[in-house]
Amino acid sequence: MTASAEKPRLSRQHMLDLLKGMIRIRRFEDKCAELYTQEKIRGFMHLYDGEEAVAVGVIPVLETRDRVVATYREHGHALVRGVPMNSVLAEMYGKQEGCSRGRGGSMHFFDRASNFCGGNGIVGGGLPLAVGLALADQMRRNNVVTACFFGDGAVAEGEFHESLNLAALWGLPVLFVCENNLYAMGTALALSESETDIQRKAACYRIASEAVDGMDVIAVEAAARRAVHTVRGSCKPYFLECRTYRLRAHSMFDAQLYRDKAEIEAWRLKEPIVRFQGWLQSNGMVHAGDVPRIEAEVDAEIAEAVEYSEAGTWEPVEQLTRFTYADRTTPPDR
Amino acid sequence: MQQQNVQSGTIELTYREAVREAIRDALKRDERVFLMGEDVGRYGGCYAVTKGLLAELGPERIRDTPLSESGFTGAGIGAAMAGMRPIVELMTVNFSLLALDQILNTAATVRHMSGNQFGVPLVIRMATGAGRQLAAQHSHSLEGWYAHIPGIKVLAPATIEDARGMLWTALLDPDPVLIFENIMLYNMIGALAVDAGPVDIDKAAIRRPGRDISFITYGGSLWKTLDAAATLAAEGIEAEVIDLRSLRPLDDATIMASVAKTRRAVIIDEGWRSGSLAAEVATRIIEQAFWSLDAPIGRVCSEEVPTPYARHLENAAIPQTAKIVAATKAALGRP
Repeated sequence: MTASAEKPRLSRQHMLDLLKGMIRIRRFEDKCAELYTQEKIRGFMHLYDGEEAVAVGVIPVLETRDRVVATYREHGHALVRGVPMNSVLAEMYGKQEGCSRGRGGSMHFFDRASNFCGGNGIVGGGLPLAVGLALADQMRRNNVVTACFFGDGAVAEGEFHESLNLAALWGLPVLFVCENNLYAMGTALALSESETDIQRKAACYRIASEAVDGMDVIAVEAAARRAVHTVRGSCKPYFLECRTYRLRAHSMFDAQLYRDKAEIEAWRLKEPIVRFQGWLQSNGMVHAGDVPRIEAEVDAEIAEAVEYSEAGTWEPVEQLTRFTYADRTTPPDR
Repeated sequence: MQQQNVQSGTIELTYREAVREAIRDALKRDERVFLMGEDVGRYGGCYAVTKGLLAELGPERIRDTPLSESGFTGAGIGAAMAGMRPIVELMTVNFSLLALDQILNTAATVRHMSGNQFGVPLVIRMATGAGRQLAAQHSHSLEGWYAHIPGIKVLAPATIEDARGMLWTALLDPDPVLIFENIMLYNMIGALAVDAGPVDIDKAAIRRPGRDISFITYGGSLWKTLDAAATLAAEGIEAEVIDLRSLRPLDDATIMASVAKTRRAVIIDEGWRSGSLAAEVATRIIEQAFWSLDAPIGRVCSEEVPTPYARHLENAAIPQTAKIVAATKAALGRP
């Protein structure tokens, strides 16, 4: 894969990969919602419905050695990054086969193998972390990009401004990806920001920035290629704002009193999967059997993940406090 | 200034110089170690601890930061997760509250929450304590709060030897370690072995043996406590002085062995009394050594007031030798 190339590839296979990436997240999360109502999954669970084009557009552009820092709405990011669906779902079940041994749940996926450095439940909390990961890479002369995802709500946090400043001041290879879905939980962007054009804030820190239609996976991918190429080549941060929309509730406890159904329906027309699929069909890039085949493949993977999670085991209570600190089984460099 | 005494194999130096030597030594031992914080470089450190290190070690490893406590503490966490061994300096414990989110929600949680996939081998140093008339936003002793948090370790070096030796051991630890340096100790002069090096960070130390009562303390209060013990010795009361050194984890064994011997305890803690580290130590004694006790446990803590500016009020707000002596006499039923 020519991940560092700036131009997107428009091969049929690549288009189908992007489509499958989004369908895979959507159908997986539809299943998660169902499992939540069955009380297989508990706690807070934040779905990515409507925003899939962001993770699918950005993350495959990264190299294996690059790092990803995500938020609590990170199911999609983990799946696209290559965290196995089995271990993702098992984590939500709270089973020890989960990607965080069942200690993290939906908001805290970690996977060292894919440099997936955590879903973070503190809005804005991941930004300083990303700065530090990139600082280590700079000091160790690693050619590594850290992609840091956060929402529009994080923009109001002090940590956002501290982190952008530090990354620019020290010339750190961080790709800041703002997933602007217009609401910080239930508070609209216009009610929380004096400047709602978020990408402009990056300019205050002399960080190159771009805003892109976050419901258009091709546009996101194209922007991500430019962004990653810039970060890797310049060893400077870059700010990519993806304008998107969350079609479902903030979490499973949200009655959505803060927005009109009409608004949601209007955004549903721009929904990334249907829109991309329609575009592919009109261009003849998707054939009659493609979508049913993709859906069948995804459904089989989901069915296996459910089976895996159901069969998963509970960590013995005797191990409750294990790994609060390192123990003798921990490799010395962790 | 450091003065070497060739005959005894020791050097005389200040606590400040001992901390500086520890930092210099750590950066020379391991290229992954670097220091960052506010005014650590060009200014030389708010308490002059890092004076001269920038010229010697360069701006990448003695890294001045903007006033972004949460940002650079979080950056230290990220750098530690990615293989570095950062030392983050927070100017005072009061300012550390601006970084509390990163310390508590990230540094302390990541290993457990990630199922041991990631750890945070980070050291955070900060100044603590009252005594310089810095009033209510630069004088508090909140190390007891930090000792509440599972996932981190909390150290309080009270001696020159510990100021010199704890840092490297803390850097070798795979988990986050917070080191609290009491501001009243920086000018303290003492002798240090020429070949002084790393020390353990998990055992309390008996700084003065005694049979009549156990004094349990740490950090800047150690020296007031030793003064109190000397005063009491003149009256025939032999106090045993325990320097906790590590506030988390606590060395219960050393505390309980002492209390089993003396049957009385007074805890001296510059934190506020309510919900204090002293309360935790007292509770552990009650849980583990209740039947050894001949008297209620005494506590000498800070008064429940924001630390005031005026010298006489500040002095009245924090533990002092006379209060320790009085608490001892109360525990012993002596006039």
